[in-house]
Amino acid sequence: MSPLILFALVLALGFVGWAAGRARATAFAQGGSAAKRPHSVKSYHGWYVALWAAVPALLFFLLWQFVSPILVTSAVLHGPAAGLLPTDPMSRAAVLSEARGLAAGEVTAAFNPLSNQMAPAFAAAARRYALMGAVITLILAFAGGAFAYLRLRPNLRARTKVERLVMAVLLVASLLAVLTTLGIVASLLFEALRFFSMVSPFEFLFGLDWSPQTALRADQAGSSGAFGAIPLFWGTIFIGAIIAMIVAIPLGLMSAIYLTQYAHPTARRWLKPALEVLAGIPTVVYGYFAALTVAPAVRDFGVALGIPSSSESALAAGLVMGIMIIPFVSSMADDSLAAVPQAMRDGSLAIGATTSETIRKVLVPAALPGVVGGVLLAVSRAIGETMIVVMAAGLAANLTANPFDSVTTVTAQIVQLLTGDQEFDSPKTLAAFALGLVLFIITFVLNVIALRVVRKYREAYE
Amino acid sequence: MSRPSTQWDSEAMQARLRKRYASERRFKLAGLAAIVGSLGFLVFLLGTMTWNGAGGFMETRVKVAIDFPRSDLFIDPGSLKGSAANQALAGADIEGMVAAAARDQYGPAGADFISEAAWLRVREEIGRDPTLLQRRADFWLPAASGLEGRLEFGRLKDTGVIQRGFNGRFLTSSDATDPAAVGIWGAFKGSLITMLVTLVIAFPMGVLSALYLEEYAPRNRWTSLIEVSINNLAAVPSIIFGLLGLAVFLNFMNMPRSAPIVGGLTLALMTMPVIVIAGRNALKAVPPSVRDAALGVGASPVQVVFHHVLPLALPGILTGTIIGMARALGETAPLLMIGMRAFIAAPPSGISDPATVLPVQIFLWSDEVSRGFVEKTSAAILVLLAFLMAMNGLAIFLRNKFERRW
Repeated sequence: MSPLILFALVLALGFVGWAAGRARATAFAQGGSAAKRPHSVKSYHGWYVALWAAVPALLFFLLWQFVSPILVTSAVLHGPAAGLLPTDPMSRAAVLSEARGLAAGEVTAAFNPLSNQMAPAFAAAARRYALMGAVITLILAFAGGAFAYLRLRPNLRARTKVERLVMAVLLVASLLAVLTTLGIVASLLFEALRFFSMVSPFEFLFGLDWSPQTALRADQAGSSGAFGAIPLFWGTIFIGAIIAMIVAIPLGLMSAIYLTQYAHPTARRWLKPALEVLAGIPTVVYGYFAALTVAPAVRDFGVALGIPSSSESALAAGLVMGIMIIPFVSSMADDSLAAVPQAMRDGSLAIGATTSETIRKVLVPAALPGVVGGVLLAVSRAIGETMIVVMAAGLAANLTANPFDSVTTVTAQIVQLLTGDQEFDSPKTLAAFALGLVLFIITFVLNVIALRVVRKYREAYE
Repeated sequence: MSRPSTQWDSEAMQARLRKRYASERRFKLAGLAAIVGSLGFLVFLLGTMTWNGAGGFMETRVKVAIDFPRSDLFIDPGSLKGSAANQALAGADIEGMVAAAARDQYGPAGADFISEAAWLRVREEIGRDPTLLQRRADFWLPAASGLEGRLEFGRLKDTGVIQRGFNGRFLTSSDATDPAAVGIWGAFKGSLITMLVTLVIAFPMGVLSALYLEEYAPRNRWTSLIEVSINNLAAVPSIIFGLLGLAVFLNFMNMPRSAPIVGGLTLALMTMPVIVIAGRNALKAVPPSVRDAALGVGASPVQVVFHHVLPLALPGILTGTIIGMARALGETAPLLMIGMRAFIAAPPSGISDPATVLPVQIFLWSDEVSRGFVEKTSAAILVLLAFLMAMNGLAIFLRNKFERRW
């Protein structure tokens, strides 16, 4: 029986339970006197039965999806076919997984002839356990529904019980965010610790040489397997925190000032969403634009200036990233300017300052903490940005301050290390998780500081 | 101590005022320049993409006359009926026959004029109309991507064997090695399936946790832990979610690589915090008097929220959801991590089939060396941007139509 049909059957049983429970509650309401009026509205009696029918059965069904593969394997291992298996644990596992694939139809032809012999045993066991799971699921659904139906009384607190389940579901849903955070921290930490057992953390954090290709032969050039990440950190800061911010802070701040202080309300209504379109364009589009249009122009410009330039440059990636960040800086600056009390602005204008003097001497200094918080958030966005640097900044780990040269970043290297042919458990792939951990910690710290600064500042004016 | 003159009609005061007003004008102009510069960049970017991409929807075709009875091709017309037709066509050397026909007409280099995949169209035509095999027929076949640059192009154009037309196949076929034969339908369908998985998981989870946090959660340490993790997740770089997907879904749970289910799950974890934050803002905007009135007539807390507050907040929640989904649709980096960058020549038919998505397809094409891919990449970008614009337009429409001011 396919899982989908089983799922539909359980839901159908739940619906039958709902209808039956509701019908019975209707009978209570009609039969009884005012004193025996049911505690809950009749549809809650229906939901009570339906949930008893569906929830335990579906929970079991879900659990069974995880348990049954283990049961199937152990059944095969204890069956007669197990005698054929090789004793060597490595090839044993290979044959088992191949036979499992064959039986499930995921693999069409086996590499190992032994797998072909094992496959029928797997298929039989899988069929047996699937049938067993289906039968138990249906029995649970039926039993749950019947149990609840028999417990229906006029004074049953059906609504309270149904609502308790609703609250539990709400709580579980909101715990998912915590689980995701834990999952991120655990998976990054776990893989990064394995990396640090092969490469010392000191070398990783302070080394100046990055060339993650491990040498296949001793005399191979350029493949030393060095994991000094300083060039990556520098590249990330150079592009995300320096070049991009030189573009984004003046443009974003001035846009916000013009929109909030000078622009006509009609103009503002059109210009602000237009500016926000910049934030909605996918990063891969920016990356393509940077690589195709901006990078060649930057290179030609560099060559004209007589500076050594490469076709992929920090400047091209940083410029485009800065443009992408503009609406982000501008909306944060907008919020903080709006939070400055009107009295301060009026006071300044009243003693004869011009609008620009008011903005420069009163509004911006007063809004500065908010603006700084916004810039920190923008930096954290910029250093986590991936596609623009992958497509336009290059992969050469140069430690250079020349913006026309190619540099690489943490995110670009993560993509580089984890795509293409990869063998797991090599320091090369694990290094990506160590870089991810560093990136996660830095963006986390930046966000916490930025949010704290913004909140403190808001409180100051309330 | 001498103070500057404050006499209004004095020369010094007037000069100072002029200077201050000039600086005021300069400052205002700088603000305008910042806006115009940013928007100018936007226009330049969109213009470049449209300029490059418009050609991607067009194709150049070359007329090739094929005389089937006189060609070396042998297909038994009887075998083209029923189910054996595909097999009979696959066995015949149509590719060689088409190349020979092109050489006959245009000289020894003729076979290079037409696209590598051109013969597939001839095969389709034969499959549709087997009587072609008994006569001579003209075919308009897609040109090789470098044809415009060849010396012979001008001569060909003058003889009227070149035609330029709308390339409908770009919207209906999938990835290929030859830029003249690629299409985006495969990637588009992959995007749709991935988004569906994301929506099915992120929307209910996001709405339910927004309801809990905004309406029921007690103010204690655990609640603030949940709030901190949601706010933090919304700011985590997307590539970190890719690493999470790789470590948990692929390596730990052994889910299939390159599958929309894994991509959808990863993007759902990324989109959920956005939906929670938008949902909480929408719930906050529902005035407390609605809750008080419902409680006053005897509704339970759950009934208050599900019967009264949630329906009022739903337009706001939907707007936030659409914006979050639009962001997920344009996301590339996490999907690269979970292997959705393989060459996939057939559109996926389910959530566990190997698939790719539009932004990743753009990334893959941008890496191709062949010149023909430049306009195809830009054309794919135009399709992606149009799709995003439609989603954002829908969000704005919803907001304008249903937003209520209390």
